[in-house]
Amino acid sequence: MDAATPVVELKQITKRFPGIVANDSISLKLHKGEIHALLGENGAGKSTLMNIVFGLYQPDEGSIEVNGTPVTIDSPNKAIELGIGMVHQHFKLVQPFTVTENIVLGMEPKKMGVHLDYKTSVAKIKKLSDQYGLKVNPNAKIQDISVGMQQRVEILKTLYRGADILIFDEPTAVLTPQEISELMGIMKRLVEEGKSIILITHKLKEIMQISDTVTIIRRGKVIDTLKTEETNPNELAEKMVGRSVSFKVDKKPATPKETVLEVKGLTSKNKDGIAVLNSLNLKVRAGEILGIAGVDGNGQSELIEALTGLSHVENGIIELNGKDITNKSPRHITESGVSHIPEDRHKHGLVLDFSMSENMVLETYYQAPYNRGGFLNKSAIDKQATRLIEQFDVRTPSIETKARSLSGGNQQKAIIAREIDKNPDLLIAAQPTRGLDVGAIEFVQKQLVAQRDQGKAVLLISFELDEIINVSDRIAVIYEGQIVGEVLPEETNDQELGLMMAGSKIAGGTA
Amino acid sequence: MSKVFKIFSVNSLLVPLVAIVLGLIVGAIIMLIGGYDPLLAYSSLFSTVFGNVYDFGEAIREITPLIMTGLAVAFAFRAGLFNIGAEGQYIMGMTAATAVGIKLTGLPIVVHALVAIIAGGLAGGIWAGITGYLKAKRGVNEVIISIMLNWTALYLGNYIVNNFLLQKGQQKSEEIKDTASISIGWLSEAFDNARMHWGTVIAILAAVFFFIYMWKSKQGYELRAVGHNGDAAKYAGMNVKKNIVKAMFISGVFAGLGGAFQVLGVFHYQAVFTGSPGIGFDGIAVALIGMNHPFGILLSASLFGILTYGSAGMSFGADVPPEIIRIVIGSIIFFIAAQGIVRWVLKPLYLKRKKEKVL
Amino acid sequence: MDWMTTIGQLINTTLVFSTALIFAAIGGIFSERSGVTNIGIEGLMTFGAFAAGVASFYAEDAGMGAASPYIGLLAALVMGIIASLIHAVASITFKADQVISGVVINFLAAGSTLYMVKLLFDGAGETTLLKEGLTKWPVPLLSKIPIIGEGIFNNYPTTYLAIILVLVAFYVLYKTSFGLRLRAVGEHPSAADTVGIKVLRMRYIGVILSGALAALGGATITLTTTNTFSHNTISGQGFIAIAAMIFGKWNPLGAFGAAVFFGFSQAIGNYFQLFAWSKDIPQEFIYMLPYVLTVVVLVAAVGKSSAPAALGEPYDPGKR
Repeated sequence: MDAATPVVELKQITKRFPGIVANDSISLKLHKGEIHALLGENGAGKSTLMNIVFGLYQPDEGSIEVNGTPVTIDSPNKAIELGIGMVHQHFKLVQPFTVTENIVLGMEPKKMGVHLDYKTSVAKIKKLSDQYGLKVNPNAKIQDISVGMQQRVEILKTLYRGADILIFDEPTAVLTPQEISELMGIMKRLVEEGKSIILITHKLKEIMQISDTVTIIRRGKVIDTLKTEETNPNELAEKMVGRSVSFKVDKKPATPKETVLEVKGLTSKNKDGIAVLNSLNLKVRAGEILGIAGVDGNGQSELIEALTGLSHVENGIIELNGKDITNKSPRHITESGVSHIPEDRHKHGLVLDFSMSENMVLETYYQAPYNRGGFLNKSAIDKQATRLIEQFDVRTPSIETKARSLSGGNQQKAIIAREIDKNPDLLIAAQPTRGLDVGAIEFVQKQLVAQRDQGKAVLLISFELDEIINVSDRIAVIYEGQIVGEVLPEETNDQELGLMMAGSKIAGGTA
Repeated sequence: MSKVFKIFSVNSLLVPLVAIVLGLIVGAIIMLIGGYDPLLAYSSLFSTVFGNVYDFGEAIREITPLIMTGLAVAFAFRAGLFNIGAEGQYIMGMTAATAVGIKLTGLPIVVHALVAIIAGGLAGGIWAGITGYLKAKRGVNEVIISIMLNWTALYLGNYIVNNFLLQKGQQKSEEIKDTASISIGWLSEAFDNARMHWGTVIAILAAVFFFIYMWKSKQGYELRAVGHNGDAAKYAGMNVKKNIVKAMFISGVFAGLGGAFQVLGVFHYQAVFTGSPGIGFDGIAVALIGMNHPFGILLSASLFGILTYGSAGMSFGADVPPEIIRIVIGSIIFFIAAQGIVRWVLKPLYLKRKKEKVL
Repeated sequence: MDWMTTIGQLINTTLVFSTALIFAAIGGIFSERSGVTNIGIEGLMTFGAFAAGVASFYAEDAGMGAASPYIGLLAALVMGIIASLIHAVASITFKADQVISGVVINFLAAGSTLYMVKLLFDGAGETTLLKEGLTKWPVPLLSKIPIIGEGIFNNYPTTYLAIILVLVAFYVLYKTSFGLRLRAVGEHPSAADTVGIKVLRMRYIGVILSGALAALGGATITLTTTNTFSHNTISGQGFIAIAAMIFGKWNPLGAFGAAVFFGFSQAIGNYFQLFAWSKDIPQEFIYMLPYVLTVVVLVAAVGKSSAPAALGEPYDPGKR
């Protein structure tokens, strides 16, 4: 296969943004019928590179060849013309439109030059869908179909446009384990039909499972390109991070004490009246980390919102240190001893246009000494901010800097500093390492363990199974708003957890 | 006060200043096309305002309600809300002050005026509060609601004047009682009978209040947090809905007070509106040009008031239709809203500065 | 006057008042469906009413007779397109706040039209009264039908045009590829962008259509109702049109229904004293009706908003 001309060849691509070289002389060859994985940490430059291939950005230096011919890809249109399609991580789908409308958008079959020929469109989609075994309903509206189905619509969009080269950007992030394996099947089918695939990911398992070749990039540079069969996860991890990483968190065995959080029969419905929490029970004790494993969308967000008072529940009891905090206000719950590292730090954790100083008292501004008779005590606030920033090594030019201009890792450190400093009895950490690089991930995980060692109860919610297994002392699996089982990290594995996360109830007990 | 200076740093001041200059240039070009002499026009505009004490006093009279509606728009803006309804709140403030000024009798001199002012402020606050409430509780877009309430206020005001306050045979209300007047007789005399009133003083105090409340108080911190990021505010334990209603209410109080001053200090009656008075809409322009900062608004309202008041003299002195000033003001907002254009105009300057740095 | 004639005339007046609202509301739909809020409809109508008043006058002056009002309509169309470009440039190209940019249009319309009227008509506050407004075109045979003959088929050509426009707009939005793309741009611009649709260009088209149609709407008021343009020829109709658009859920058919309803509430004012039930309602309340109803509808329809998802957001593909 090496003898053949690559279908895509990137030569010495360099792309600079103010203050950063996102891609530094990157070269890459994609051969026909190959699944080529692009591995790198968050911020390594994978997405930038693929946006260049898809015509969303222009490289500052370097060239691209498609089937041996040098090309300039200056727009997605051009990329489509060249047979390059992209399955975006955040789906580019119009919610109120039907599947068919989304797919044909921009290349609609027409009658008389203007009239949208919907019938022909549906027929075409149906045919394509059958050819690749995708099983989508062409007339369904996007807002009514599952995430996995939506992803297939994205794939169909590229196929409809005649793409021979498909770029998948972190395609498994939002899928259930079943959907992931189905996706793997679809990808195999695609290469069998002669397509070539670039798979962007930071998940080693997927790479080992499906790719033929893997290119590792770190800080914008290509570190190595390897045949998948000639490498192993440890080698890949080392090359991705730049040092040997164990992915194991150092910790002593837990010594759990009294129950801090007890949740009984928690039930909550969404706008449409569907139960998103369904008689959920769990317990977290002082001095332990309870990890909640589960696929996104099984009630994790609703659980966190209920625990922190951000939303109300219909039924059930939440007790903190034996006191009922069900449906109390966020402030009441915070004051009762709950700290919360939110899932989405930009949405909930920080006011991005506030200074770091103002952000560090987001939940305590109304208390002495920050509030003096209704007025803010600037010097006390600044003192607190300075202390936290030093203690937790938050890299910021000054405490007057707006939170917006800090890196994701430093923003997260700031939030953790603020939440831990409140000295809570219960620390809720939702997706605390999402989007961070390995250094920051290690920092965050260490902090969680340190809190546990100080006798705090820690509730960790994460979609990353590795994180759950490495950090937790106990694991509870959430599925369709219920805790469907509980296991110990040292006694379980991915397969077992994966099955439980998919709803195959194994352990009968509740956490 | 270091923060004040930071807000008025060279860069942030540059955009409105350039926008003002560009706006005046657009006005000049349009005057040239119309066959007028823009230099003569602008000079007669300014000489009108600064030519004698009467006109100067009247310009201050013109500026006062603009400060209030400008503050109203800016206050809501700081809490993340676009109060395009200052117009309606201003009308409700006028109407309430007129009603109290006419119907309430037997109150002593200062008290009656105070009651009338408070009534005006409350009416404006409640009118804006409706918008705030619907936004907070029902999630309705505040822009559309407040536009609809502007027109509702216009006709409601007319209804009240026509049916309860009307001066027989005229298209306006009776005069308010003297006890409700906030005119300052001696100052008016000093300004050659220009209509001077206490509202101007209150307007300046309102700007100071705005500044302290917004940046120095606990409640202001909450409002700003809600304005920047409602989700984070909720996470932090703030009552987002209450803050939205509060912000709209206070915003409406500013506008309502502006309307009350106009009745109690200037006209002493309320005419039946044939069209919207426009002071509330002007407030949007004032707030934008003043960068939504209370002290910026004092300046921009002054500019705005001078241009508007002076335009009458301009039409007298240079025969230019005074509507040209609306075009100038419209252009200024245009350039501020589309800052990209201003930056583009300024680009050569920036490049030069960068070069100097390199050297 | 017998009751059949009265009802016929009421329907007729309703449609006359509705015509401007229909044009403007449909215009608003094109702009907002593409994702650009258009508070400037009022100003765009003002520009149109102005252009119609001035151009028709000069056409009459040049001896064009009955063709004059059509020259006026054409002038309004051109004027509306030019004025809407201001909104488009500011809010699409320079990513200005769309509401503020709309406010600018209203500001500029109020100032510049009166400025030009004074300039062109020797300082007068309004254009010279037109001799040749639009005349009604009775449809042969149909106009003889009792009640609806007088009500519907004895109307201005602009009214017929407005009704045709509703159907055309519906067809364009929901049955053509252009409509699909326009709506996609208003719902999810980056999705449209990645399939090669020029987002900014589509939005320009939406805004320009809104300018052209709103201006035509304004022109119909000058040419059928007032026969002159002055500062209060357009006072609030643009906002009622926005109300009709929202009331009609951004759908041409819905907006048509709402516009006719609001037109009716204006028309009924003229027939006040004729009905026992309406005698006691203060006129001001009738004027308020469209606005209050819009608030009620918005409050009632919460959670089921049919507004385009990306309405009001400038499209920025993101630099990183």
